[in-house]
Amino acid sequence: MKCRSCRAPAVIDVRRHNAGFCHPCFVRHCREQVERSIRAYDMIRPGERVLVAVSGGKDSLALWDILLDTGVDADGLYLGLGIADYSDESGRYARAYATKRGARLVEIDLPEAFGYDIPTGSAAARRAPCSACGLSKRHLFNQAALDGSYDVVATGHNLDDEAAVLFGNVLRWDLAYLGRQYPVLPGSHGFARKVKPLVRLSERETAAYCVLQGIDYIVDECPMSSGNRHIGYKEALNEIEARSPGSKASFYFGFLERVSPLVASAAEEEKEGLHPCPGCGSPTVSEICAFCKLVERAGGHL
Amino acid sequence: MRVLLRNPSRELDLPGPIAVSALLERLDVNRESVLVIVDGTLVTGDTSVDDTATVEVRPVISGGAR
Repeated sequence: MKCRSCRAPAVIDVRRHNAGFCHPCFVRHCREQVERSIRAYDMIRPGERVLVAVSGGKDSLALWDILLDTGVDADGLYLGLGIADYSDESGRYARAYATKRGARLVEIDLPEAFGYDIPTGSAAARRAPCSACGLSKRHLFNQAALDGSYDVVATGHNLDDEAAVLFGNVLRWDLAYLGRQYPVLPGSHGFARKVKPLVRLSERETAAYCVLQGIDYIVDECPMSSGNRHIGYKEALNEIEARSPGSKASFYFGFLERVSPLVASAAEEEKEGLHPCPGCGSPTVSEICAFCKLVERAGGHL
Repeated sequence: MRVLLRNPSRELDLPGPIAVSALLERLDVNRESVLVIVDGTLVTGDTSVDDTATVEVRPVISGGAR
């Protein structure tokens, strides 16, 4: 197979584009896709400071690398989740990348700062581990961005992540979630802008990017996520994609173009009644926010 | 050839030469969900892998709430 752009031998085939790429042209392709998303959804404006949520996995490290290479002022934030060896190892990858690039990595350790880790905290709070983890991450990424005066939080959600979430939201016809599902969530009082610049890249592409660029990342999957529903959706979508390349992209981008504008109001309704949480000051519609509730139930269970 | 697989981690010994896409079919692995790295180099589906190669089939699916 030859590279679509320069006819050199290809190292990666991307069937959805019906194309192969050599190493330099593939790196250029990835940067172009990210820059295109940033422009199309007005994700990051010139001169803005970005906080990248870095897990030590392929997506967040590829994102951080591409942002730095394209001249974005981007620091990393690593959250220690206390998932035994997995967290130790993923933290090492995040730190090693930051050192190699001379980039700034902010670290927050969940057990140290809040007195719980994901395995024990989720059990104590009677939440699924991925739910407690997602809630903790969303809250702490946002808080760290506000505390550090960052304009934007960037996460490594890729096309597969977004297509899988969309699939789940459609299966349940969850209009509030569908209304909120967009590559950029604008900032508002108490919320930093949140952006997903990798939505035009599949996770196979972000993994290939890391392999080709010599970025070491944690390959093993989080031990808490096995059997997770989200992974099941990804596998189902990949079955369709294998038979009909481009299906995931048309599913997701068709939604953004044609359906998202119709359901956006469902998310707006949820914003009514927001007030600052008495515990942490974050906007919430409940008496206390979901994160403070989690800390209340999970804290001290180490 | 030595074939290294993950989730669970295991090693297989299979005869070559064989094209990467045929190898994945034989292993019943969806090509959308993996990268194939032959002797340390990323390769495309039409690459022929010879008998002496070491092939890593690296999953790319990550999950959970991120």
